Amino acid sequence: MNILVLLKQTFDTEEKIVLENGKVSEEGVEFVINPYDEYAVEEAIKIKEELGGEVTTISLGPDRFESAIRTALAMGVDKAILVDDPDVFGDEYTAAKVLTEVIKDQTYDLILAGYVAVDDASGQVPQRIADMLNIPIISTAVKIEIDGSNITVHRDVEGDTEILEAPLPVIITSQQGLNDPRYPSLPGIMKAKKKPLDRLSADDIGVSPDEVKAKTEVIETFLPPKKEAGRILSGEISDQGRELVQLLRSEAKVI
Amino acid sequence: MEEKKLIKGGAFLIEDVQPEDIYTPEDFTDEHIMIAKTTWDFVEGEILPNVEEFEHKNFDLVVQKLKEAGELGLLGADVPEEYGGVGLDKISSSLITENISKAGSFALTHGAHVGIGTLPIVFFGNEEQRQKYLPPLATGEKIAAYALTEPTSGSDALGAKATAVLSEDGTHYILNGTKQFITNAGFADVFVVYAKVDGDKFTAFIVERDYSGISVGPEENKMGIRGSSTRPLILEDAKVPVENVLGEIGRGHIIAFNILNIGRYKLGIGTVGTSKRIIEVTTKYAKERTQFKLPLSTFTLMQEKLAEMTISTFVNETMVYRTGGLIEDILESLKGDKEDEGRKVANGIAEYAIECSINKIFGSESLGFVVDEGVQIHGGYGFIQEYEVERLYRDSRINRIFEGTNEINRLLIPGTLVKKAMKGELPLLSAAENLQRELMGLMPLTPDDTPLSQEKGLIEMGKKLHLMIAGLAVQKYQQKLDREQEVLRNVSDMIIELYAMESAVLRTLKAIDKQGVEKANMKVEMTQVYIQEAFERISSIAKNTLATMEEGDTLRTQLSIHKKLTRYTPINTMKLKRNIAARIIEAEKYIV
Repeated sequence: MNILVLLKQTFDTEEKIVLENGKVSEEGVEFVINPYDEYAVEEAIKIKEELGGEVTTISLGPDRFESAIRTALAMGVDKAILVDDPDVFGDEYTAAKVLTEVIKDQTYDLILAGYVAVDDASGQVPQRIADMLNIPIISTAVKIEIDGSNITVHRDVEGDTEILEAPLPVIITSQQGLNDPRYPSLPGIMKAKKKPLDRLSADDIGVSPDEVKAKTEVIETFLPPKKEAGRILSGEISDQGRELVQLLRSEAKVI
Repeated sequence: MEEKKLIKGGAFLIEDVQPEDIYTPEDFTDEHIMIAKTTWDFVEGEILPNVEEFEHKNFDLVVQKLKEAGELGLLGADVPEEYGGVGLDKISSSLITENISKAGSFALTHGAHVGIGTLPIVFFGNEEQRQKYLPPLATGEKIAAYALTEPTSGSDALGAKATAVLSEDGTHYILNGTKQFITNAGFADVFVVYAKVDGDKFTAFIVERDYSGISVGPEENKMGIRGSSTRPLILEDAKVPVENVLGEIGRGHIIAFNILNIGRYKLGIGTVGTSKRIIEVTTKYAKERTQFKLPLSTFTLMQEKLAEMTISTFVNETMVYRTGGLIEDILESLKGDKEDEGRKVANGIAEYAIECSINKIFGSESLGFVVDEGVQIHGGYGFIQEYEVERLYRDSRINRIFEGTNEINRLLIPGTLVKKAMKGELPLLSAAENLQRELMGLMPLTPDDTPLSQEKGLIEMGKKLHLMIAGLAVQKYQQKLDREQEVLRNVSDMIIELYAMESAVLRTLKAIDKQGVEKANMKVEMTQVYIQEAFERISSIAKNTLATMEEGDTLRTQLSIHKKLTRYTPINTMKLKRNIAARIIEAEKYIV
């Protein structure tokens, strides 16, 4: 069973977002494996440990991604590919296009990914890739069972569970609850530095920057407005109700 | 590979050390950082949620977590790969210790096992002993403990009363005696035990729990570190096979003292981790807690405390990793040399006995200060058990006592220096003689505008002050110097401060060199504050010691030299502390 895992590095979820010159500042920020991708990595390693095969992570991003990739390698991933060519950085369309080109050169039975990245939270890339590769996708998995060439996936549907089956190959995205990612062990960490990490450029994967150019444009980046203090109404409940309706109409202008 | 120049222990007192000569946290590799992160993730995920259970002495859970740590390799860092360990460098194992130490009592359990419990076998065990004991210790399948202290011999370790007598058939030693305050005694499988053969030959033994004649007494009811097991170990005609003698008969003190050196260094590392934890929980509290409608963190007296806690921890961290680098270099230089390995390793570690004692004293007292201020910032809530800082306060107190009390360590530092000088290992005497000439034509400090110029000058003056005081003390008391414990303590305090000051300046200069002065700003400001305050302390110690040793005209002459050596224009440390605090409050954790 050869498994590909799409891996992105994101801000640690405890980091504060600071804007500098209209951009999110990366100064002094700690980066981690996107937490949902971490579930995908863990699941891939578990499947490999059970069924054998090889796990490869595929990433698109700057050089700093290496620390997240090394962590995945330390957890037990076998090898990694990083497209670190800024000419092919862009939006979700770009990412899907580039990653698809990389995937096409690999042999795989299963592709795993986080269902969303905690930074831009678009949750589009795996779906786009599935479309480009013309294979099925099952999102927000909380349980995966493999039986020969079939896969059964329990997926979280807003609090309920849906059970789906599909033939391999398939893309599955992971939801929280799929597993409990392992800590990279010390021997794992020491081995990770010797595992292969292939760095690819646009040329290497045979895409021209023009053809994968972003289809969207960021016009402005801003922080959400600071939350104002709330107001507690007082008096008889019926008077409060009347006042609330009035305020919703005149002040908040939502009704 | 290029031969690295080894720096002699204690040499910093008379030699100029360059920034590139010392190891600093800025030199950590990616692997070091990953190891630290794995350890912290383990602590955060597996230990902190169970602290209450541990405090109530659920030792089954403690042992289970120790074994889980073993599965991750967190018990095998100091054990070579050929004996089932991970065989990492000392910086890696230091980072494990630092991060485990954010977990309170569990750090003691871990430290007693991997440090004083396992290291004697790593360093001094013969091939058979290593093959037999190290693999299960490295994985946590077996747990180790260390039994040196006795009810009537603590600091005076060689005054031990436990005896070992060879059995008539020559196959066993029969051990009798009681060992006191043995960490991990409740569940350890293997003990390193010291006893005297034929009444006077101090010797180390590897003792298994299920040998006949071995038992443990009741759990001690301790002030802090209540989640660790501490019991007496009782030897009643305990039968220990002769092949379990560790090292040589009559040379147990070599093992004991060197393991203590490592123990002291590791204790220093541990205080760094705990201090960082305290800074984090306290800063978060200071931002949440409001009084007079403002968060505590907006009051400048609270900011001053946070700044001082951070500065002290910065200096502590800098000093321990500097020593870590020294130990790593010397052990690395001995690697692969199996001939008489134990003795060489012992000498290697002993080389830095002074630095290890300094780290023990400075670390435990820095932590004592940091946790005390941590409680103070928490106010009344800091006195209540629901708050982590209350436990940290109780847990931290033991650090000034075990691994040699701070008083014993303060006497060891000048004692070791004098020995080194007498053996000709350190040219202290000629340095003291040269100083006399230098002092005559001494010029006052004239700082230029290069970074930390004034601070470098103050260290230079501080080193002269130390040489002057230590030299006078040796001259005055000669062979009777060891009876003047207060004077020795004063000399020791100057030495500790000089190592602290110099480490801070060198780390900051190294960082400036690497990342530029702007990015090293936090370090620069912390260093400036620390150097000035520490210099004031050594200046005052020197003055008092002069007044102890001299009188009349001689005293007045010496005081005028003192005055020359301590003349400088102070900087505004209050402003710097506010800058430092602002960064900590923003980050909500220890940063440099």
